[in-house]
Amino acid sequence: MSSAQVKKKPKYFKTLPQIPRTELFAPGHGLCAGCTAGTIVRHLLKAAGPNTILVEATGCVEVSTTLYPYTSWRIPWLHLAFENASAAASGVEAAIKVLKRKGYIDPDKPINIVVLGGDGGTYDIGFQSLSGMLERGHKVMYVLYDNEAYMNTGIQRSGSTPKYAWTTTTPAGKVWPGNLRNKKPIAEIVAAHRIPYVATANPAYPLDMLNKFKRGLEVEGPSFIHVIQPCPTGWRFDPRYGIKIARLATETGMWINWELDHDEFDVTVPVKRRKPVREYLKMQGRFKHLTEEQIQEIQRMVDEEVARINKLVGREVIGPVEE
Amino acid sequence: MAVETKEVKWKRLPLSSNYAIAYAVKDVDVDVVSAYPITPQTTVVEKISEFIANGELDAEMIHVESEHSALSAAVGASATGARAFTATASQGLELMHEILHIASGLRMPVVMSVATRALSAPISIWNDYSDLMNARDASWVTLIAGSAQEAYDSIIQAYRIAESPEVMLPVIVAYDGYIMSHTYEPVLVPEDNTVVREFAPKNFNRFRLDVDRPMTFGTIADPKWYYEFKYQQVVAMRNAYKKVKEVDEEYREVFGRGYGVIETCCLEDADIVLLTYGGIYGTFKEAIEKLRENGKKVGVARLRLWRPFPAEDIVKTLGGAKLVVVADRAISYGARISGPVALEVMSTFYGDPDAPMIMSVIVGIGQRTVTENTVAEIVDYSFRVLERGKAPRETLYWGVRGVSYE
Repeated sequence: MSSAQVKKKPKYFKTLPQIPRTELFAPGHGLCAGCTAGTIVRHLLKAAGPNTILVEATGCVEVSTTLYPYTSWRIPWLHLAFENASAAASGVEAAIKVLKRKGYIDPDKPINIVVLGGDGGTYDIGFQSLSGMLERGHKVMYVLYDNEAYMNTGIQRSGSTPKYAWTTTTPAGKVWPGNLRNKKPIAEIVAAHRIPYVATANPAYPLDMLNKFKRGLEVEGPSFIHVIQPCPTGWRFDPRYGIKIARLATETGMWINWELDHDEFDVTVPVKRRKPVREYLKMQGRFKHLTEEQIQEIQRMVDEEVARINKLVGREVIGPVEE
Repeated sequence: MAVETKEVKWKRLPLSSNYAIAYAVKDVDVDVVSAYPITPQTTVVEKISEFIANGELDAEMIHVESEHSALSAAVGASATGARAFTATASQGLELMHEILHIASGLRMPVVMSVATRALSAPISIWNDYSDLMNARDASWVTLIAGSAQEAYDSIIQAYRIAESPEVMLPVIVAYDGYIMSHTYEPVLVPEDNTVVREFAPKNFNRFRLDVDRPMTFGTIADPKWYYEFKYQQVVAMRNAYKKVKEVDEEYREVFGRGYGVIETCCLEDADIVLLTYGGIYGTFKEAIEKLRENGKKVGVARLRLWRPFPAEDIVKTLGGAKLVVVADRAISYGARISGPVALEVMSTFYGDPDAPMIMSVIVGIGQRTVTENTVAEIVDYSFRVLERGKAPRETLYWGVRGVSYE
């Protein structure tokens, strides 16, 4: 049994049966077997409901859910390109505002506007338009599904790829140990825009994730939900282990579920005793080339990050490693 | 001063083409404007901002962080059902290039004004049409205005064309950067813009992002379907040719002004006809009128509709001449005939046994000055070509250092 538990009393969904049964993400999409992006999107739409317009950046979910003449989307959905989902959503949001004001659409009808983007479309090519949207204060919730590489084009390194991970453009060889750089702290960079709500989430903790989606849609102004998304194809694991690996990410402290609600920072999924990062790493082929020293280096990095987060919260929300 | 044309009461304002466009955007009740500053477009958006700030136009202004986002936001707004506008020039249009194709592929009736400007490098803020010509194949209906008044009128016509169900394509209204964007002309603007809004009512009954009628926009199309999507754009462009003429005629009936797709002067009995586009036509026309007074059988025409290319009207208008001289202000590098419009005119007449000789001349690159004398020199040369009975097989680069033609 996991030592990680949802601490805060969830505001909207307290138990799993409270999750709406309506399926707005239709089955029959072409995502890989075991892809956790499908899990995230399905829950996202349950939280957002039918009065939602979704704008999507080019990426795995986009190509695998909209092969003409089919669509998996039971809500209005728009895709333009890779780098501009935030700009397109800014246009949608502005249009809704003015069309309500001019009486073309019902001014009393709340309409959610959500952007869905992968890590490439968010950390890298879409970063400028994201920053612009946040700075301008559009009431849009940006959901980042982070599988830590360009999976749609075949597992190339992105600004989100963790240190030492194998990708097709950071292969482990005699000279390179895999990816050379640390993952960019995107959620904190987004938080620096001083938007009302920023959170990290994990599909292995669906109530926490759903409540964050709800909160993100509720605040006045932009919100950003960064969701870890284990990818069987790119991370090299058996498709049945997606959620298990997602949970291990939190249990080892590799992924911390936090939220910054206006000025209030908190860890929403505390971990009493951490598992060693080795348990997370060893399940994934992308880390199989790691040496003992490299594993220890990652362990030290996580220890430091945990100490930093504990200091931020002001108490020990993430505990020590217990072998 | 109010001028009366039909039932429309006009006020006569001194406006640059940029300001004329801003007035048209206000009068046609645009809902969303998204734009990024770039010379020489900027005063369009400055003026629109004033209108919104003063409450004269009820619209959302999105101060985007790039032109790429400017067009992306306009497409997003258009997809939601709003009437969207953006404006740009030069490097901005280049940065938008990817989204030009997406706007037309998604069939979004966005209207954009382009104050044409040369492209870097070397950086030049001055005029030519390199930017617009690079957008040639993006499936945008493209009008090139020749005066501030026409710029105003064309924006209003553009929304009618773009939003008509048989077209549903974005429209560019282009005009000369600086030469028009920053020079003032008298422009007639209606005292009451109701008449404009009646002429160009919004088509809200179109496919849009609607929570009561969910639809998927921007899908992936595999080889089984992609071609059909693209062919529909071909058909839409054909329809646009008719629609542009139809809307212009209707506009003339209501407002007393129309332009057709090609403007002409002094074509009667003309052995030689010069063809150009944009504000430079004024200089050409002045020169040609003087040459006519001196008995030269020469005329001049201005291409107003660039895409769809008005091939039938080109044949009708220029087919009677012995020599057609196309004066382009953009270069298609590496082509033997490197004037984009010249290439188009040649392909239009290809295989026609009665076709005139066609000559391609480049002028005004990076706003190299073109005076009436320049035009007269080109005409002189053209008459020599006519005597020789054979047009040069290569484009002439008129007015560049170290190059001259006998």
